[in-house]
Amino acid sequence: MTKASSVALPRIRVNGADEPLAAATIAEFLTQRGIDPTGRGVAVALNGAVVPRARWQDQPLHDGDSVEIVHARQGG
Amino acid sequence: MNVVEQGARAADPLVIAGRSFSSRLFLGTAGYPNQKVMLDAIAASGTELVTASIRRLDLSSPEEGLVDLIAGRADLLPNTAGCQTARDAVLTAELAREALETNWVKLEIIGDRELLYPDVEELLSATDELVRKGFVVMVYCNDDPVTCRKLADLGAAAVMPLGSPIGSGLGIANPHLIELIAARSPVPVVLDAGIGTASDAALAMELGCAAVLLNTAVSKANDPVAMARAMRHAVEAGRLAHRAGRIPRRRYAEPSSPQFGLVGS
Repeated sequence: MTKASSVALPRIRVNGADEPLAAATIAEFLTQRGIDPTGRGVAVALNGAVVPRARWQDQPLHDGDSVEIVHARQGG
Repeated sequence: MNVVEQGARAADPLVIAGRSFSSRLFLGTAGYPNQKVMLDAIAASGTELVTASIRRLDLSSPEEGLVDLIAGRADLLPNTAGCQTARDAVLTAELAREALETNWVKLEIIGDRELLYPDVEELLSATDELVRKGFVVMVYCNDDPVTCRKLADLGAAAVMPLGSPIGSGLGIANPHLIELIAARSPVPVVLDAGIGTASDAALAMELGCAAVLLNTAVSKANDPVAMARAMRHAVEAGRLAHRAGRIPRRRYAEPSSPQFGLVGS
């Protein structure tokens, strides 16, 4: 168990699910998942704070980050 | 009354936060048999504002979002449905503002999961914060004149007291309070939740509400599109009746025909 944390690959939580970190920025992550970062209707929060669309291209992702990706669904 | 006055009266727009609505019916988008029925119901209702929820995107199979579906048919009013704290509701509203490019929000904070009853303490806190952050806040709240007044004082653009629990179809449980709230509120009062059928919507308007927000009564009707049309007419009829002024209630009959010149005797 020694040094386990130093050799562990970086991971993030996306919409509550743990996964390996494989994207440098929010925009890159969205593109990897087939979501057009220039499309409408999607919003992103990083560690509990909204990241404006204009910053997706530059916002880096780090080990341990928690990302929420949401959109509008039917509702009352 | 000249032609211009007649036109203005016929138009009778609802104004919330400077935005004018010709329809006083707001419609939810949840629970329809399919998307076509939902879109047809929206059209039949004549509404200009429909509600939406903000939920996690399913990254394994992204589906068509509501934004593209509704585009051009009505404006979207995002809600904070499901939130139980002011903190979650504020974050949801901020996400909605980013996703939908609107600063309007239907604030909903639930304090009892079985009754879906509002948590007043959290509502007051979230309304204060959202108003400070520049949101137009329409608050789903209790049918309580004091709560409604406090929300308006904090800057809510509209208060939306419940008629009865969400989805219950029980109608307006306390019409006297709704009438009092509507008569005294400095901001528009929108009857939200509990509507079961057209007469409930008409009653809300007769009591002086500025508008009605409903969902299940239409989406779960046997024929949602026909019920949407019924709600449109009910809201219009109720509004007309409210403006026309109902007659006082009396305990005994009052003949409508002249009492003189009776035949015989």
